[in-house]
Amino acid sequence: MNVATRNFGAPIRRNEDPRLLSGQALFVDDVELPGMLYAAFLRSNVAHARIRSIDVAAARARDGVAAVYTAADLGDYWAPGPLLVPPPPIEGITFNQRTQVPLAKDKVRHVGEPLAVVLAQSRYLAEDALNDIAVELDPLPAVVDLEKALTGEARVHDDVRGNVAARVRQCRGDYAAARSRAKHVIARRFHYDHGASSPIETRGIVASWDARANQLTIWDTTQAPVFLRNGLAGMLGLSERQVRVIAPFVGGGFGPKIMLFYPEEVVIPWAAKRHNCPIKWIEDRLEHFFATTQERGQTHDAEIALDADGRILGVKDVFLHDTGAYNPYGLTVPINSQCTLLGPYVIPSYDSTFTAIFTTKPIVTPYRGAGRQHGVFVIERLLDIAAHELKIDRVEIRRSNLIPPDAFPYNNEIIYQDFAPLTYDSGNYEPILDKALAMIGYRTFLAGEQQKLRAQGRHVGVGVACYVEGTGIGPYEGAKVQVQANGRVSVATGIGTQGQGHFTSFAQIVADQLGVEVPDVDIVTGDTDQFYWGAGTFASRGAVVAGNAVNEAAKAVRQKILKLAAEHFECAEEDLEIANGEVSVTGVPGQAIKLGALALKANPMRGAVKPGAEPGLESTQYFGPPSGATASGVHAMIVEVDPQTFALDVLKYVVVHDCGTVINPLILAGQIHGGVAQGVGNAFYERLVFDDDGQLLNASLADYLLPTALEVPHMDIAHTVTVSPLNPLGIKGAGEAGAIPVGPLFAQAIEDALGLLDRDVELNEIPLSPGRLFELTAKLR
Amino acid sequence: MKPAPFQYVAARTIEQALQLKAEHGDEARFLAGGQSLVPTMNFRLTQPAMLIDINPLHELAGLGNGPAVRLRIGALTRYRSLERDPATARHLPLIAEALPLIAHPQIRNRGTIGGNLAHADPASEMPAIVLTLGGRLRARSAKGERWIDAADFFVGALTTALEPDEMLMEVELPKAPPRSGACFMEMSRRRGDFAIIGVACIVRLDEAGRCAEARIGLCNAGDGPVFAARASASLTGRTVGSVEIGEAAKLVQSDIDPGGSIHASKEFQRHIAGVLTTRALARANERARGAA
Amino acid sequence: MSTQMHAITVTVNGKQYSRQVEGRLLLSDFLRHDLLLAGTHVGCEHGVCGACTVIFDGAPVRSCLMFAAQTDGHRIETVEGLAADRDHLHPLQQAMRDCHGLQCGYCTPGILMTMKVFLEDNPNPDEAQIREALSGNLCRCTGYQHIVEAVQLAAERMRK
Ligand SMILES: Cc1cc2nc3c(=O)[nH]c(=O)nc-3n(C[C@H](O)[C@H](O)[C@H](O)COP(=O)(O)OP(=O)(O)OC[C@H]3O[C@@H](n4cnc5c(N)ncnc54)[C@H](O)[C@@H]3O)c2cc1C
Ligand code: FES
Ligand code: FES
Repeated sequence: MNVATRNFGAPIRRNEDPRLLSGQALFVDDVELPGMLYAAFLRSNVAHARIRSIDVAAARARDGVAAVYTAADLGDYWAPGPLLVPPPPIEGITFNQRTQVPLAKDKVRHVGEPLAVVLAQSRYLAEDALNDIAVELDPLPAVVDLEKALTGEARVHDDVRGNVAARVRQCRGDYAAARSRAKHVIARRFHYDHGASSPIETRGIVASWDARANQLTIWDTTQAPVFLRNGLAGMLGLSERQVRVIAPFVGGGFGPKIMLFYPEEVVIPWAAKRHNCPIKWIEDRLEHFFATTQERGQTHDAEIALDADGRILGVKDVFLHDTGAYNPYGLTVPINSQCTLLGPYVIPSYDSTFTAIFTTKPIVTPYRGAGRQHGVFVIERLLDIAAHELKIDRVEIRRSNLIPPDAFPYNNEIIYQDFAPLTYDSGNYEPILDKALAMIGYRTFLAGEQQKLRAQGRHVGVGVACYVEGTGIGPYEGAKVQVQANGRVSVATGIGTQGQGHFTSFAQIVADQLGVEVPDVDIVTGDTDQFYWGAGTFASRGAVVAGNAVNEAAKAVRQKILKLAAEHFECAEEDLEIANGEVSVTGVPGQAIKLGALALKANPMRGAVKPGAEPGLESTQYFGPPSGATASGVHAMIVEVDPQTFALDVLKYVVVHDCGTVINPLILAGQIHGGVAQGVGNAFYERLVFDDDGQLLNASLADYLLPTALEVPHMDIAHTVTVSPLNPLGIKGAGEAGAIPVGPLFAQAIEDALGLLDRDVELNEIPLSPGRLFELTAKLR
Repeated sequence: MKPAPFQYVAARTIEQALQLKAEHGDEARFLAGGQSLVPTMNFRLTQPAMLIDINPLHELAGLGNGPAVRLRIGALTRYRSLERDPATARHLPLIAEALPLIAHPQIRNRGTIGGNLAHADPASEMPAIVLTLGGRLRARSAKGERWIDAADFFVGALTTALEPDEMLMEVELPKAPPRSGACFMEMSRRRGDFAIIGVACIVRLDEAGRCAEARIGLCNAGDGPVFAARASASLTGRTVGSVEIGEAAKLVQSDIDPGGSIHASKEFQRHIAGVLTTRALARANERARGAA
Repeated sequence: MSTQMHAITVTVNGKQYSRQVEGRLLLSDFLRHDLLLAGTHVGCEHGVCGACTVIFDGAPVRSCLMFAAQTDGHRIETVEGLAADRDHLHPLQQAMRDCHGLQCGYCTPGILMTMKVFLEDNPNPDEAQIREALSGNLCRCTGYQHIVEAVQLAAERMRK
């Protein structure tokens, strides 16, 4: 008997929405506990300085202030944070681990680094008291520019020469030989800057110590509750069972909410235990620009070697990566850039070296795309320029270099962020490209429409960009599926959720296996007391890894149901049917038992059970993919540019995407829309502007420009499906795809609209803006 | 981001509000829509000792007739009520065109004309428009009241001619005259953001279709709203065509002194001022011809 | 400075509340932490994100840019007042669910309060008008497209 797929693949409405829509969903700042104290952090207002003294006496004396702490008060508890992601096993790498500290002790290394914490009766009073703290700092030269940083005149970490956080070279084939054979070699310098994730909910934490139960409970906006629990238990000398971390509803994550341990996450639980009362800290938007990790810039010196027909013989890339003041996330971001540069193309030889550099700026950790954008920008731009120089159509140069469908699994022979060789599991790229071209009307646009518009004085251009996205990496996730006595099914997993619709997509998987309705499946995510093990929501892995664990657990429960029901009806399992929340004997009307009743039977009060029997209709299963699944796609757009003001109007935007089997097309479309919106922000609106002193000049949402409904275009989305052989459901992640290729797409389409390449102007940097386009086209005026 | 403590007083009468302001001077601030003041207080960039909330003073709100062909807008009139009042589109087309470009609906529901003008942000639309229209403003203190010409009212960035004990009561503006056309255009990074450059243009034609008077004003082109006197005068008496407009745009570019920002360099602002002046003048001229 | 308190009586979602508040208490904090109506969210406290939007005397406003003390004698509607209960959603809420107009849901209450009044004023809006009306509410998750569709659907259903 088969498992129905009534729900899997269908555009099911979300289970979590009624709570969210009626204002009843619990977010961290909604946690109210009696006797709570409120924290505010005093943060450095300079980028780089030695701390001479911090005097908190006046603040401590202020009415309503319960305590003020500096690094000195933390005693032995003070320690640099752990290295979350150790460097992958790549030969000959340099890696200097320098991780963030809970409160700065000797030196501050970026604006916003915390120096002291105030606990008071309200956040208002806590902020008042911050003004009472007297800090003496001896300023040091800021380290802002990457190339200057390498000279090492000023050092972010006194013992790290040249501010080199890491240096990694990865090679495939023999680039030098390829180059010597090449007919064309094109070399350029590219700058790609990526910004702040800026979820609308900032970070926050509430910690509550229950002295009677010896139990610490923490509500945190984290994407990785299990790791947070384990780490905190270790730091505080508690066992894991004494710490419960709850990531309730979280208002957007996009990567930086997975970083741990943020200083506040170290200090607040410690203080709660010490004061034996609940403490709340909610990051405000100003703090968010400094205290939450970001992504930032890379400078690439890249060259591509091609044969006479535009076939890629090899790529060489040397790049600098800004890692900020500390590097708790190891090499994830620059390794992603290095790997994702290869894209969907056959690149027989590759020689890539990067240097990650410490600067006196906020910490860099993955933000949606996690360095992939940078790599995609380089290869896509190189191909655009090559196409122009070789007088080949932009699309055709891409097409002729695509990895053919029979070449999968395709091994790129370098190491990926999950420590495994970068191997694409499956894919079929050309149909994606063709579909995108058809949807955008590429041929007709170039064959006449464009000139027609031009004759009307309108500058309209088209762009097409390809990408792959490594998703769904290990190590593993788990899930517990349990049929309740009332017939509902409860599912718990260890990951947190920040809007990805896990409450629904996981429910769809379970509903099909257990023959119940999606609304009858209750999902719990992100509560370490509900599910003990797990890694977290990152790298587009939630649906892939946890989704498959849910599927395995549901399958096991299904087996238990069939077994028990077969005993109950004294029939063969094959004669049973699970549907509508009950098990029935096929073809025998009236022979049916509700799942809830069966669940009760599985936990008898009296009598003997068979040896080895487990109570309940319940199963816990784990899933760990052997390696990451590779999704792919093509974005295309038509844009109109005002040649005088450089204002943009995106007339059409198309996404064709292959992320394997689709669980819920509605949720998938939402993920892509959101990704594109962030990509648009990155390409044309959002830039973190640091001055030479390391001060961020636009630390507000008035000046850091998140796109609104008027800047984000309408998108048309289509899919192709190449299932992943790496997991039983055949799915690939989709969380980051929307954001990845938007930068090169904008550059290409704007160039096309204004005819820039014919006039020797190339857009080799992101973000762009009207003002920047004005500068870059100066020589044309 | 919580404001520092202050004393809050909800004004019951204009007299009481003025009395308090006279007593506390610069230490006290009037609270109108709060859409400029409260954000800076939340950042603790402004820490007034006292806020005198004038929102209860309904008599300060409203659009009404002034003497002759002039309209008066009370200081507490919210953007939103101007947007909804048909008199705005009929008599104050420049304002009608600019209103949707100012911030967002929720902010226009609260923000007031008086608060905006008293705040005198050089990038703001309304000060440039009031200056371009040659309006005048009524200020009142416990001691008495006076009218101030717009040209004298805007002193510099976030600075006006208001004394510490004065309240802005209303602004008086001329109705659009016959045979005239107006146009407001701006460029901003996102809709609702403060303008990189904004240009307000009015063209009034004589019976022969020549320009009887032109007025061009800009926002974010200096440390206050800018009236481009030379460019405006250059059009008088001429039949306005692309040559004349081009010359005026050049004069505007050389007359302004934009400050530059992270969103736009001075050079780009100057460039945009030229582009938008050209476009807005042409549009205003067209509209004047349509009205003639 | 000794803290001066102000007595206010304010009607929120049809219910009267009398409270003592400090002059500087932001309306957003008052609603969330004093009245425990935590459905109104806070994303920036400087008027840009729109998450804190509530309906004040019939007009959507930023609750982070008003003081609780200013609400004495006034009328406020928050997301908690939109529907009688979770099973009887307002047409706008229902359409948001049907169109997948929310992901993390953090921006959603502010968007609902903005669009409720918008639809009352514009029963038959086109996409451009909806996007314009939405522009004062930042959403970092959805890219807005499903929200626009939801508003269109709600408008259609409400006209019937
Ligand atoms: C996100 C956002 C975007 C914005 N975008 C724009 C924009 O594009 N263009 C633009 O022009 N503005 C913009 N603004 C500002 C908005 O227009 C403000 O509402 C306006 O500038 C101030 O009006 P208000 O009534 O809110 O004044 P308030 O903030 O209450 O007061 C401003 C100042 O004026 C003083 N004041 C107020 N009333 C009087 C009076 N009658 N007499 C004397 N002094 C008085 C106050 O004490 C204070 O110093 C934006 C605001 C926000 C939050
Ligand atoms: S919190 Fe009020 S607008 Fe952002
Ligand atoms: S749904 Fe997350 S911010 Fe809008």
